[in-house]
This record gives sequence, C-alpha cells and structure tokens, in this order.
Amino acid sequence: MNAPRSRDLFVALLLLLLLWQGLAMLIQKPILPPPGRVATALLRALAGDLGRHALASLYRVILSIFLALLLAGPLGLVLGQSARLYRWSAPFVYLLYPIPKVVLVPLVLLFFGIGELPKVLIITLVLFFQVLVLVRDSAAALRPELILSVRSLGAGRRALFRFVYLPATLPAMLTAVRQSIGTAIAILYVAELFATRYGLGYYIYYAGSTLFDYPAMYAGLIVMSLLGFGLYGMVDYLERRLCRWCQIS
Amino acid sequence: MLEVQALTFAYPGQKPLFEDFSWRVARGELWAVLGPSGCGKTTLLMLLAGLYHPQSGLVLVDGERLSRPRPRTSVVLQDYGLLPWATVRENVRLGLEIRRFYGPDGRHAPREPLDPQGESRVTAWMERLGIADIADHYPAQISGGQRQRTALARALVLEPDLLLLDEPFASLDVPTRENLHLLTLQLAQELGVTVILVTHALEEAAFLGQKLLLLGRPPHRQAHFLENAHPISEAFRHSPAMREKLETLRARMLTL
Repeated sequence: MNAPRSRDLFVALLLLLLLWQGLAMLIQKPILPPPGRVATALLRALAGDLGRHALASLYRVILSIFLALLLAGPLGLVLGQSARLYRWSAPFVYLLYPIPKVVLVPLVLLFFGIGELPKVLIITLVLFFQVLVLVRDSAAALRPELILSVRSLGAGRRALFRFVYLPATLPAMLTAVRQSIGTAIAILYVAELFATRYGLGYYIYYAGSTLFDYPAMYAGLIVMSLLGFGLYGMVDYLERRLCRWCQIS
Repeated sequence: MLEVQALTFAYPGQKPLFEDFSWRVARGELWAVLGPSGCGKTTLLMLLAGLYHPQSGLVLVDGERLSRPRPRTSVVLQDYGLLPWATVRENVRLGLEIRRFYGPDGRHAPREPLDPQGESRVTAWMERLGIADIADHYPAQISGGQRQRTALARALVLEPDLLLLDEPFASLDVPTRENLHLLTLQLAQELGVTVILVTHALEEAAFLGQKLLLLGRPPHRQAHFLENAHPISEAFRHSPAMREKLETLRARMLTL
C-alpha cells in the first residue's frame, strides 16, 4: 500500500474528526466525548504519566520486533537455503503458523509469570512465524543460477549468506514486520491488561473501566493508534533506505 | 591449461551425459562448444568451473586437480547472475568484495595479498565496456546488452586466465550480439586469456571459436573437434569463407 498524498490525508483526517464531532453531538453521552474534550484530556494526560505508559508500550513492541527478527530471520534463512531442511520443516511450520497467537496469552503467562518477559514473548511469537515464513520463502525462491554465479566468484557458504541471502531476504523481513504490526499492537493491548502498571493497554482499560474518565480513555486510544502509525512510518522509512532496488523492480 | 581426463558425469537418477570423456585445451586458445540444448554443454562448463563434481575422472586446470571454483577462473552464466539489489558498480565489484571478505586464504581467494588496484580496475573495466555512465543503475533498469557487459566486467576485474562463457549472447538482439561478439574476441586476444564459450548457435560458434568442440547426443565418449582458425574481424562474418565453414559445420553436426 502506497502512502497517499499528505494533503489528502489531512482532508480525510478532518472529515473523520467532523464525523466524530457530529456523532458526539447526536448521542450526547459521556462514553462518546467530542474531539475537543479528548484533545484537552490528551494534553493533560501527556503532562501527567501517559507519556510513560506510551514509552512502556513502545519499548515492548520494538523489543519484540527486534527479537523476532533476530530469532526467525536466521532460522528462515537456514531453512530456505537448503531444499532438504525446507522439506523437513515444512509440515511443522504449516501446523504452527495458523494458530492465532492471541489464544496463547494465558499459556505464556502461566509459563513465564507476569513480568515484562511474557508480554514481550507473546508479541515476538506473533511476529516469529510471519518473519520465518516470508524469509524462508524468499530465500528458497532465489534462482540457482544466481547462487552458482556468486559461488564461481569464490563465495563459500558464509559469503553467500552475507552477499546473497541476507540482502535478498531483507525486503521479506520488512514486509513481515509491516504485516504483523496491527496484530502485534492488538496483542500488546491484551497482554497489558494483565498485571501491569505501565502500558497503553493498562492505561486505556484503567481509565475506562475503573476511573470512568472517558476523555482520558480516548486519549489513550489515540496514542495507541499513533503508536501503530509511527511503526508503519518506521518500516516505510527503512524500506526506502535499505531496499531502494525494490521500488525499481 | 585445461585437461579433462576420463570424466564421467550423470545427474542423479539419469543416464550419464559424459562417459570416459577426455579433452585438452592449451593456454590462450579460444574454444566454442557447440551442441543442441540438452546435450550437456552447460554441464560441461559447470564441471570446468568446479561448480559440479564428476563421478569419476579428473578436471585439471594448470596441472592442479579441480575440486572447487578456482580464483583465476571467471564464469559468465546465461542469465548473467547479477545481484538485483546491487547497482552495476556494486555488481562489478562483487568478486573483489568476496575476496576482501575471506582475505587471501588460497581457497576462496588467491593466496597473494589483496591487490590495492582493485577499485581502479572496477572503474577502468566499466569505462572500457561502456557501462560507467550507468554505474548507479540496478540490473532491472538496464538493457540486456548492458547486463551482459556488467557480467563481463565483473569477470574481468578478477584478472582471470580462464574465462568460461555460457550462452552469453543468447538473449540479445542481433546488432547488440554482433557488437559484443567482436568485443569479446578483441578482449580475449588482448588479455591472452583462455576462453571457452558454450553456444547452441552454429553461426556464433563458427565466428567466435578458433577451435570447436562439437557435442551431439549424449552420452559423450569422445571429444569431436574442429580447427577453425580465422581472422578476427567483422568482415569475416559475411565472407564466402565463413559461409563455407558453416556448411562444413552443419554437415559435421548431422553426423554426430
């Protein structure tokens, strides 16, 4: 998906805000405060500890993405470059890949307790298979002639990884991250409902169902959306920097 | 320069392509290997490059038994094998990068320390082959002829003494192809490099090869070859001598 022009984005944003305002005026209930009141609440919350909640969530997502790439990237490369390993591993991947990872939340909590680790692990798990499958398949799709050509220049296994497999699968890694950001944030929300004191999931839930401070809850929702938006932007930026050739071919 | 001794090779579960096959190539010779598709000519090239291994028999290059790709042999494959994510310059430099990566280990790279002139050779070959002004383009952005020149530059930067070319002109239009024929011949002569070129086109073999290895239907048990010494010039392509050679060659191919 290409980013639309910024003028169009601005107009769309304005229309959405208008729609929100209209609905709020129509419904007239505290559970749907108008955008103006949410903006005030947002500013007040940011002056308070909302920033800290946002940072806690950001830290968890970034760390999970990093861990997933670190674990699944190399494994995908190894499985993708050998036809035999690919064949042996394919049934396992096929069985495990479609399991909705969110159902594993209680399980991971049982095994790893309620600290920081299980929250990061759950999101890592979501990204893991996405990265694994895309990296594996893009490594496996490399033409044998290309590999032979580079081998004829003297490359052994190590140089093939460095000069062929790694650059060839970089776009797949970024695509995997892009595809999983939405799910990762959804799971982050669920994970942060359990035994946390910091995190946007906790903030939103606490503001909404304990404090009944609806404008603050909406402020949390907006920050969480911005978190997703920012992560997409980051992947777009990395793609432009690292994969200039993707845009051409 | 190159000696194939009693070589036997088959792909797993298939009939052998080569059986007890022997062949010699002297230093500086320019050979064209001619045969129909599926006759095993590309396989032969892979064996000579050390990318495939014979079931029995030997390939000797410079008197040494070949067991893996040799630093001073350069190969250009049919689809050129350029990295799509690397620019023309980065592709031309790739062989040097790989040598830098391993250091002078005598296995992946020559035992002699790295040549500090490498980078200037990259530039020099790009200029010589007319691809300097597309140095920052990616393979997807350039023409077939330019890709071919990039692959050739990448091979020549490593200063090979043996150059193996697999159908290097197959996917080019006629003017580009004829242009590159002449360039290849001139370079081979100038550098004194031994060239083995694989092709399925009669005309190409007759024009490029000073000696021809003819492959008919496999398995190949004997090297059929033909002397084909001729002047290297564009004029020769349309001369009566060339036409005569083509007739002989066609007749000879039919007997294989």
